[in-house]
Amino acid sequence: MNQVSNKTDKNTELAPKQAFWFGVMVCIPMIIGGIPFGLIFGTLATSYGLEPWVPMLMSLLVFAGSSQFVVLGLLMAGATLPVIIFTTFIVNLRHLLYAADLVKYIRHLSLPWRLVLGFGLIDEVYAATRPHYDSGKLSLSTGHYAYFGSFLSYYIVWNVSTALGIAAGEFIPELSNWGLEFAMVATFIGIIAPYLNNFAYWSVFVVSGVSAIVLVNLPNNLGMLSAALLGLLAGIISSKLSNITNSENTIKNHIAKDSDGGAL
Amino acid sequence: MISDHSVVYYLTMIFGMVVVTFGIRFVLYARADKIQMPEWVEQMLKFVPVAVLTAIIMPMILLPNQADSIVMNWQNPWLIGSLAAFSVGLLSRSSLLTIAVGLVIFFLSKWFFGS
Repeated sequence: MNQVSNKTDKNTELAPKQAFWFGVMVCIPMIIGGIPFGLIFGTLATSYGLEPWVPMLMSLLVFAGSSQFVVLGLLMAGATLPVIIFTTFIVNLRHLLYAADLVKYIRHLSLPWRLVLGFGLIDEVYAATRPHYDSGKLSLSTGHYAYFGSFLSYYIVWNVSTALGIAAGEFIPELSNWGLEFAMVATFIGIIAPYLNNFAYWSVFVVSGVSAIVLVNLPNNLGMLSAALLGLLAGIISSKLSNITNSENTIKNHIAKDSDGGAL
Repeated sequence: MISDHSVVYYLTMIFGMVVVTFGIRFVLYARADKIQMPEWVEQMLKFVPVAVLTAIIMPMILLPNQADSIVMNWQNPWLIGSLAAFSVGLLSRSSLLTIAVGLVIFFLSKWFFGS
């Protein structure tokens, strides 16, 4: 990974403003996919009898789509406050993995920067920006502008669509049947596929995908979280295995070269 | 309908949600300059994009609209669109092309099967 980012030279490095717009751009498909979620969230909340300011404040301050939906369900079921807050914690726990992965790219930033980027660390923003640190498009010097651009554009659209759902949800017919959410699925596939170039990544993909289906009925998105963790475990194990095979091959090659009289 | 709660109740609820959600996202960023992940953790973290994103989309693809059992046939546009996207993604390694082809095939098969 580091080799890739080290290759980035001054010529290909984006200026802050370019990086910001790059971040907006790579987030667009996910923004489109997020619009129906925001609309449905706003519509659902008011149709359940919540005052408009409650869902609006959730989108503005919590900014965590899936947990906001789960909380609506919990309120309907008459859950208590501790249950609601604890469930939110569990549902959003996967963001800790994103933070752990991104911390190396934001450690040099000031506290205000880190506060904003922390607040904006959602699935879509992580998915939009993270691969471009690997590809060398984003670097330590301006990558955070792209991260910020993805966050800000998604944040604005998420809140506008929540507001529209609250105000006019009943006038948008059968929104949940349009299938706009597929834009997010397609984008995630576009992100996953380029990674699948060795045994380790393939095992992560297969284990995580199969477990997500098998464990889908666990409450509070725990199935998703466990599937992701199992996938990580599969990745570690299989990269250890292929390291062993690789180093055996390297040794064999060296031996072969040596017997040919070649230098190491 | 959701039973009536006071304004304070909802404010407390949202405050609690903000604390736990922001807490999760910010806790590592807070002392980012001090945090040095052990080598094996870094090794594992490079799998996070594939592990988490796969776990998020797989149920959406195979259990569309919260279906009770796996829908693995040609009438499932989520599956068809995903298979198309995935093939293009593997062959082209281009995200943009993957998204475009996936969306086109998805909406075509949705329209074709009228679901």
